[in-house]
Amino acid sequence: MATGLLGIKLGMTQTFDEAGVRYPLTVIELGPCVVVQVKTKKTDGYEAICLGFGERDLRKFNKPRAGVFKKVLGEKTKVGFRLLREVNVKNAGEYAVGQTLTVEQYAAGDWIDVIGKSKGKGFAGTIKRHHFASGPKSHGSKNVREPGSIGCHTYPARVFKGKRMAGHLGAKRITVQRLKVHQVDPQNNLLFVVGAVPGPKRGMVMVQPSLKA
Amino acid sequence: MDAITTFEKAQKKSEIPDFAVGDTVRVSLRIKEGEKERLQPFEGQVISIRRKGTRSSFIVRKISYGVGVERVIPFFAPVLESLKVMRRGDVRRAKLYYLREKRGKAARIKEKQDW
Repeated sequence: MATGLLGIKLGMTQTFDEAGVRYPLTVIELGPCVVVQVKTKKTDGYEAICLGFGERDLRKFNKPRAGVFKKVLGEKTKVGFRLLREVNVKNAGEYAVGQTLTVEQYAAGDWIDVIGKSKGKGFAGTIKRHHFASGPKSHGSKNVREPGSIGCHTYPARVFKGKRMAGHLGAKRITVQRLKVHQVDPQNNLLFVVGAVPGPKRGMVMVQPSLKA
Repeated sequence: MDAITTFEKAQKKSEIPDFAVGDTVRVSLRIKEGEKERLQPFEGQVISIRRKGTRSSFIVRKISYGVGVERVIPFFAPVLESLKVMRRGDVRRAKLYYLREKRGKAARIKEKQDW
């Protein structure tokens, strides 16, 4: 059973199959991830493993965090992990701290879910954020990208909660379910996924076996 | 070289001779009919070449029974079996979209003299 893994989205490319159908591919540098902590039902009330991925200068962490990394990577380590994330597993007891998990858990044809942080769009209007229709652009129109009426007047004399308005868009955690693994390259820790994945190039992503496989 | 460039370099490209916009080419396309696979020739003028790495493609235009037919053919598509240059064209433009508005004599392309 494959576990969740951490990685970096490298970008997109494409390929063709035998029949000439074109597939968009996202390339993810996935793992190797190191088990930093094992959480079992006995000690923590649930089963999970904490994974570390990437490198970051050890001096950038505070002492408690650096101490955790020294335990896993050895006293002399100069780097810590760039990213730490917990992933759910059925039997956390099967994993040991310091164990390395690689992309080899996945094979071509597997279904996966990919979690990432979407690109931030800043303060966006209703058209971009909620797909409102835009007003007429000519004939003296003055409400080209306006949201229109946001409610009645005397009654209810207020704007309902949850009314869709302009505001911050993007830069939040997004899960894309049921993507297909096209190819695995264990030598370079690469995973080729059919379709798009949230976030910018070089953005951190988490890959899990699909819930809807 | 980053991972994506390496992957794209490794993609198989069929042996295609050099050709240019304005040339008349004959391409063989792999067509699947039920179980059987056969090659379908398509001969026409190259009116556009789009160079975008693995996403590169070109457009071949021909007049079929009085109707203009265009096919967009990706360079890297496995359906592209072979390509043969039948005639070199002498043109001054990179995209020959103006041919779509021309008929008969007006739609001719001068042949390149020295190549």
